[in-house]
Formats: sequence, C-alpha cells, structure tokens
Amino acid sequence: MSKWEDNKAWFLVLPVFLVVAFSAIIPLMTVVNYSVQDILGPGDRVFVGDEWYRDVLTDFRLHEALWRQIVYSFCVLAIEVPLGIGVALTLPKKGWGVSACLVLLALPLLIPWNVVGTIWVVFSRPDIGLTGVTLNNLFGIPYNFTANPVHSWLTVLIMDVWHWTPLVILLCYAGLRAIPEAYYQAAKIDGASRFAVFRYIQLPKMRGVLLIAVLLRFMDSFMIYTEPFVLTGGGPGNSTTFLSQYLTKMAVGQFDLGPAAAFSLVYFLIILLFSYIFYTVISSFDKGEA
Amino acid sequence: MAFSLSNVDKIVGKETYLKNVSLTFESGSQNVILGRTLAGKTTLLRIMAGLDKPTKGKLMENGADVTGVSVRKRSVAMVYQQFVNYPSLSVYANIASPLRLAGMAKAEVDRRVRETAAMLHIEPLLNRLPAELSGGQQQRTAIARALVKDAQLLLLDEPLVNLDYKLREELRVELQQIFKARDSIVVYTTTEPTEALMLGGNIVVMHEGRVLQSGPTAEVYHNPASISVAAVFSDPPINRIETRVKGGFAELGRILSVPLDGHLTGLPEGDYIFGVRSNHLFLNRQHERDIKITAKVELAEINGSETFIHVIYNGAPLVVQEEGIHQRKLGSEIDIYVRARKFYIFDAKGPLVRAPRIEAA
Amino acid sequence: MARINLNEIAHSYRPDPKEPKDYALKRIHNVWDDGGAYALLGPSGCGKTTLLNIISGLLIPSEGRVLFDGKDVTGLAPEQRNIAQVFQFPVLYDTMSVYENLAFPLKNRKMDSASIDKRVREVADALDLTPFLKKRASGLAADAKQKISLGRGLVRSDVAAILFDEPLTVIDPHLKWHLRRKLKEIHDRFKLTLIYVTHDQVEAMTFADQVVVMYDGEIVQTGTPQELFECPEHAFVGYFIGSPGMNFLPMTLEGNMARINGASVSLPPGYAEMAHKAGGKLELGIRPVYAAISDAPSDNAVKAAVVGVDDQGDSKIVTLRLGEQIFRSKTPEGARVPAEVCYVSFPPEKTKLYSNGKLIKWGCDSV
Repeated sequence: MSKWEDNKAWFLVLPVFLVVAFSAIIPLMTVVNYSVQDILGPGDRVFVGDEWYRDVLTDFRLHEALWRQIVYSFCVLAIEVPLGIGVALTLPKKGWGVSACLVLLALPLLIPWNVVGTIWVVFSRPDIGLTGVTLNNLFGIPYNFTANPVHSWLTVLIMDVWHWTPLVILLCYAGLRAIPEAYYQAAKIDGASRFAVFRYIQLPKMRGVLLIAVLLRFMDSFMIYTEPFVLTGGGPGNSTTFLSQYLTKMAVGQFDLGPAAAFSLVYFLIILLFSYIFYTVISSFDKGEA
Repeated sequence: MAFSLSNVDKIVGKETYLKNVSLTFESGSQNVILGRTLAGKTTLLRIMAGLDKPTKGKLMENGADVTGVSVRKRSVAMVYQQFVNYPSLSVYANIASPLRLAGMAKAEVDRRVRETAAMLHIEPLLNRLPAELSGGQQQRTAIARALVKDAQLLLLDEPLVNLDYKLREELRVELQQIFKARDSIVVYTTTEPTEALMLGGNIVVMHEGRVLQSGPTAEVYHNPASISVAAVFSDPPINRIETRVKGGFAELGRILSVPLDGHLTGLPEGDYIFGVRSNHLFLNRQHERDIKITAKVELAEINGSETFIHVIYNGAPLVVQEEGIHQRKLGSEIDIYVRARKFYIFDAKGPLVRAPRIEAA
Repeated sequence: MARINLNEIAHSYRPDPKEPKDYALKRIHNVWDDGGAYALLGPSGCGKTTLLNIISGLLIPSEGRVLFDGKDVTGLAPEQRNIAQVFQFPVLYDTMSVYENLAFPLKNRKMDSASIDKRVREVADALDLTPFLKKRASGLAADAKQKISLGRGLVRSDVAAILFDEPLTVIDPHLKWHLRRKLKEIHDRFKLTLIYVTHDQVEAMTFADQVVVMYDGEIVQTGTPQELFECPEHAFVGYFIGSPGMNFLPMTLEGNMARINGASVSLPPGYAEMAHKAGGKLELGIRPVYAAISDAPSDNAVKAAVVGVDDQGDSKIVTLRLGEQIFRSKTPEGARVPAEVCYVSFPPEKTKLYSNGKLIKWGCDSV
C-alpha cells in the first residue's frame, strides 16, 4: 500500500540519508579514490590506474591470508550452525528453564569483543590459564597457543565458537518456537520418526532463520579482527593473520594507503559475492526441486 | 453531508483494483457494498477513508475536493475484519482513545464512552483488556470506538466475517438499529447477500473492481441489471440456464421447450441466459403448468433453516432451495418443478432483458 | 475403522477439580458407531475441542475411559490409536511433493513401495489430486492443501477414525461446497468413521448423519439434522440451530391449553398432561418458519405487535412483540405483512413444550 498522504514524512527520513551518506557512501568513495592513486604526501598524489589492484591480486601473502580466512569462516559455519541447531532442539519449550537457558546462553554475546580476547588469553595461558594448565599437566599435551601455529589457530576457532554459537542457538530457537503445535501432532499421527520430524518439519520451517544465521556468522567471521588481535596478534608467524588484520598492517603499519584501499574494495566485493551465493542457495531451497 | 467519488481508478503495478468507480452517498444513508472476495471492496473503503490515494479520479465532500486529504484531517471512522484494538488499553480507554486524541473534556468523554458502550452491551467489560474478551466482545469494542467519535463517514469492512454465525446474527440486528439512528454516512461491505438485504438501505454491487449496479437494496435484488449482479446477489448464486428462443418456444438448456407466455411473451428469437434463484425451483408442483424435471443430487447443503440441494440436470448444475432441514442421499434422483414465470431473462452477453413480475400475495 | 465408546468421560484442566464449573467436560457417555459421519457442534468454549483431543489421544481425560472396538485406549498416544486428523489450517510437509506427502504415513510404516504407489494413486484419484501429484505441496491453493491433509489419513487402511477440526476455516466461501461434497463422497466411498468439529451449523448439518451438539461441557443432543431442527431436546439446541433460532415464550397451563400473554394456544391431546407432570418453568417453543402470521384474528392465534420486517430476499423475518417477549416469524417471499398488529398461530404439531429448558418429548419419533 502506498502511504501517499503525508509527504512531510520524507523529512523524517532525511537524517537517515545523511547518516548513511557520511557513514557509508562518502568513506567508500574516498576509498575508491585512494585505490587508484599513489599518495606520496599531503597534496602530492599520482594517478596510477589499476596498479594497486594488480599488486594486491598478485600479493602471495594476501592469498595466504585469504585462504586462511576462507578455511576459518568455513570451519566456523560448519561447527556453529549444526551445533546451534542441535542445542536449540534440546532447549526446554516451557517453564522456568526457558528463561534460565536463554540468559545463560546470551552471556557470551554480552561481553565486549576485546574482553572476549582477553578472557581467552588468560584462560589459555600454558602457565596459569585453566585450559593451558589442564591440557599440559593433566593430559600431557604440550599446548602453547603463543608458540604453536596449530594451537593458536584452533584456540581462535574455539573462542569464536564459544562467543557466537549462542547467537545461532537463539535464532534457531526462535524459529522452532514459531512452528505451530499442529505440525508435531500431524507428524505423530503419520508415524514420523524423530529424524523425519527434524528433516521434514523443523529444518524446512527454520530455513528463514538459518539463512540469517549463516549470513551473519559468515560476514562476521570473515571480518574477524578484535579477538585474534587481542589473543594472538596474528601470530605465531602469520598463522592467525586474517584478512582484516593483514589489511590493517598494510594501511596503518606500512602506511600503504593506495594498496590498502584497493585491498579494502576487493575484500568488500568478496564478502558481497559470498553473501549473495549463500542467499541464493538457501532461498532457492524454497522453489526448485518440485 | 454528501460524499462522492467520481471516475475513481486504482491501479497498482499491473493489477487494476478499481476501474471507473463513481458513487454518491447522502448523509444519514446506509450503504452496503456487496461483492465476492477480491471485488475491490476493501480498496474502495480505504480510498474513501483517505488511507490510499486513487490512481485517477476525485473524492468530493460537500462539494469540496478531498482527494489526497489525509484521513486525520477528515471525519472518518473505520472498522476492520480483524478485531483491531489497542492491546494494552482497557476497553474504556480503547473506546475513549479517539475522543482523548481530539482533546475532549473528561466528563464529556466519560459520558460518551458509557453511552456507546451501553449501546453495544459491553458496559460490564469496560475495565477489561481486549485479550480478556471473546471475539464478539472485541469486535463490539472496535465498533464502539468507531461509533463514539460521531464521524461523518463510518466505514465497516466485513466487520462480522470473523465471528461465529450466532453472534453474527445478533450483532447484525443490533448494528442495523444503531445505523438507523445515526445521521452519518454508513458504508458496510459484505460478501453475503442475506446480510446486505437485512441491512437494507442502498446497495452497490461490485465485481472485479467495477461497480455493476447501485440503488435501493430490494430493488436491485428484484431487478438485477445483469447476470453477474444476479450471481453476486444470490446465495447460492443464481441458476443459469442457457436457452434458445425459437419458433414461439424457449428451449431451456436446449432441451426443455416451454411456450412463450407471461413475461416471456414476444421475446425475440435468439440465445439467452435464463436465471432463476434457488428458491424459485420447487420440489412439489405449484401450478398445473409447472414442468417436471428429474435431476441427480450432488449435495444437500443445510443452511440455518433451509436446505440447498445441489443437483445435476442434463450435465448442468442447479441449486434448489427447500424450506426446513432435509437430508438427501448423494446420487439419488429428485423431481424438480420448473416454471418460466419465475425466470429472469438475460441477454447471452449478460444484461437483463426482462424480470419476472413479483407477486404480492 | 472402529466403534468408539466414551465411557463416563469427564475432564478438568485443574489438578483438583471440585465443583462442576471446574470441569471443561462434565460427563460424556456415548458411542460413535463404526463408519458414521458425525459432527461435533457447539459455540466456542463448549468443550468440543477438549473432547476431540480426548478421542484423538492428545489429551488423557481426568476421569473415564475411551474404548476403540471395546479395547481400552485411554492412555494411548494418537499414533497408537490409528487416528488421523485434519487441522484448521493445512498442515503439510512443505519440501515434499503431493505424492510424497500422501506416501509419508505409509513409508513411515514400512510398506513396500508398490503397495504405497497403488494406495496413493487410489486416494489421489478420490480427492481429484492426480494432476498435482508431482507438484510441491506448498505451492497449491488452500482447498487442495486441505485435501492433501485429508489424504494422508485416507491412505492408511488401518485408520480407526478421521477427525476434522474446523477444516474449512481457510477456504474461500464459494469453494466450500465443493469440499463439503467431496467429504460426503469420501465418506460414502471409504466408509470411515469421521468426526467433524465445528461451530458452524451449516458445516455440521451438511456433513453429518448424526450431529452431536455440545453446550457448556455437556452433550445436549445427538440426532440427525432433521431431529435437531424439528425436535430440539434442549432450549440451547433450539436457539443454536436454525436461523433465526427457535422462539421461546414463558407459558402457563390451563387444561389442554397453553396460556401465553393472556391468550390461549391449544395443544395436542395428552401433551398438556405431560407438561403438567413435568412441572418446573414451562416454556413454549416454536420455529419462526412454523409460526404463521395473519392480519385476521382466529381461534388458535395470539395477538402481537409488529416491530420490524427484514427482507431476506427469499423470505421475510418479521419481528413481533408478544407482551414483553420478542418473537420472530419467517414468512415466504411475497407474503403480506400486517403493518401494526397481527395474529400468530401455533400449529399444534409444531409446538413444543419445555420444562426448565428441556424438551417434553411428544411426537418426535416420526421425524
């Protein structure tokens, strides 16, 4: 329905336009501008065309970071989504347990990101941290996340799972609660197994929230910065240097604004592309087949 | 107040919701808009209320153009199919809300809320919340809120459709009395011919976004301008019998010949659609000239105090109304008595050619 | 298929019910015959959904037992009772095709695929779903979806009864009669026990051979649609069935006559005597369609004031005032309605007497 009656209403949208312009469009345009110039100093710049893009696309360290990032995001999704669905299915449906569970689950979401990193630094330290000491002394595993690349990589992954699985659980839980009781009754009457109920009722009905969960978790994990920065600082070596950290090093550490700008845009396009793929794949489950 | 629409179109994308609607409503009049689902009734109400803008055409209020004037600046009240109340406000506060918004004095608000609540028999419920009410009571509250502000244009969009039929029956009688006592323009949409007839007043018959016919309700019922009007304005829809008139006889369904007498006298030769409402087909002989046909029962639909017998005769579906409640076996055969004096004669293209004489006993 | 016995069923949603008003179902004791088409009719809150859930096994009654063919199933879940149910809105497996939806209950029961195929096609044919078999169920119109829900019950040869919970709520009004007809046909063809819950008298009476009317947690009458119309055993049935409902007038007895508002109405011989024996608060009930009005006084007629006339097209509903009482008469199209005063006649064979809201039975056997 068109709300035509009050053209004044457009004025109310104006602030949003301004905010979007200053927060998104203008910075983005600046980045585009930088990505095609070599900035030698204030007021001293040279147009270089696509040079930075070619540089960025052939930079092998960037390729490494990109692969690392893709594997990482894939692992995050592969663990958090099934785990989230699984936990959501076991949550109580009524009674006092519901709010207790939801509050407990939401706790990690309420902690600032850099604090999450700090907590895990303390938690994982091989000399005083609970996990570190337990693994080393009780299980005899020489765990050291600051020295062993595999350990540090896994620690970052587990930290993310701890931090963000609750979000997936909450979304799935909301999706499950929205399924009318009649569906379960019908399935019972049809003699469906527990798995069939999941496969043919719960999963299809959760499609919408799962799409949101996958997109959110993908975008967030693909842009992860704060927690690994606090926990490992990207090391040891470059083992936990993900795309955004590499970008920061380039822009802030080396002050290579041009390549960093080109990189940002490429980065942005990659996320956009992946999100689009996820979106089309998941929402096409709806149509197709038949 | 007089309210009119002239040449109103409503087109959204490629869909035409309304086409060339021109109507005039006088103050103190009760108007029913009758049409099936998707006939454009709700769209029309929303445009009249000023909630939507017509794509083309004008709205006039007392001669002043109000096209595009916001609903807030006009004196309009509306009741919806769904029970729309403020969930966190008591029934009292719900009814009082339009008056409070208008800044009316407290004592006057109180007086009018109680008066309206009494009219709709919800006085004992004033302190309750909408969620604590039954569907009927919720809709009574919504209607009270619409009535309390004495709007000049009172619009009701199928207000009873979501209620149990007994509640519908009761509320319909009450509403009819309430409307009669008001001097505002009341516009009421419905899909049910019986409801339209009970509310009386004027009727606008709509179909697929167009106004097919308008006028005093009973007159339109007895003289439908076309087969489409007759179909919308009969429940079950009027029986259609393809007929060819040739050599002084009408061949009903191309097989039953009846002489052209009564109001059929002198009907020119050609193809027609004869229309007869279900209550004008009989299960027993009414007159020596009745023609007996034997048809197969498809279903006996029992509706309140009547039975509608759906039958197939010579491949064509017919519905016969029988007074009282009677079950019939599917597939059994029954005799039906047909008489041409009860038939409406429509041109093969649809417009009414002749109507039967209504007999007053 | 099964014959269902409800044995002294009562149900309360409270843990420790004491008074009658604590009970959602007061005392239900009846039998649903094998292969019967039943409707459970009543206003919202009368307990019909509670009763349905007890029959289907979703709810275990606080008191009493449920027997299927003599076997106690009170504690058994729906799937163990072989009950199928069609809900108010279509419940489908969205990702499956129509065929898969219909085959689902059989697959779960490990039937071989050749038998499944045969059965699915047979049911699809009965429900006119054959052209849609390969389509996704979620893309179909509401009436086709409801037919699929019904089909999932029909495919099972072991099904004891199919329950319907207001199944036509989401169907467009002008399509409803097709589905009503389909249900009748299905009943004739498959000879199943069908129980149909609704608050809509049209639906109940069109569908059922036997209508069970519930009011306030009790079954007030079980009978054919004709019986409910002609001989309502309870004042509520008189009011609820028929539109408008039955007229009830307070009366006193005077010999063989009923006295109403100072006028006398003669009763069939013997009826007055029965009423005298029954005692209690006496009322005279008559259907509007049987209460004829005329402008001339006659022997058995009571004088009344005309309050209003509603033209319903095929008939007129005349509202009258008889003393304090509002009274309705239904007159045929074209009949003349007196302007102010008229005389209502009470044909003895259509006049019913009620004592404390219960019918004093007389001459109801022939209906």
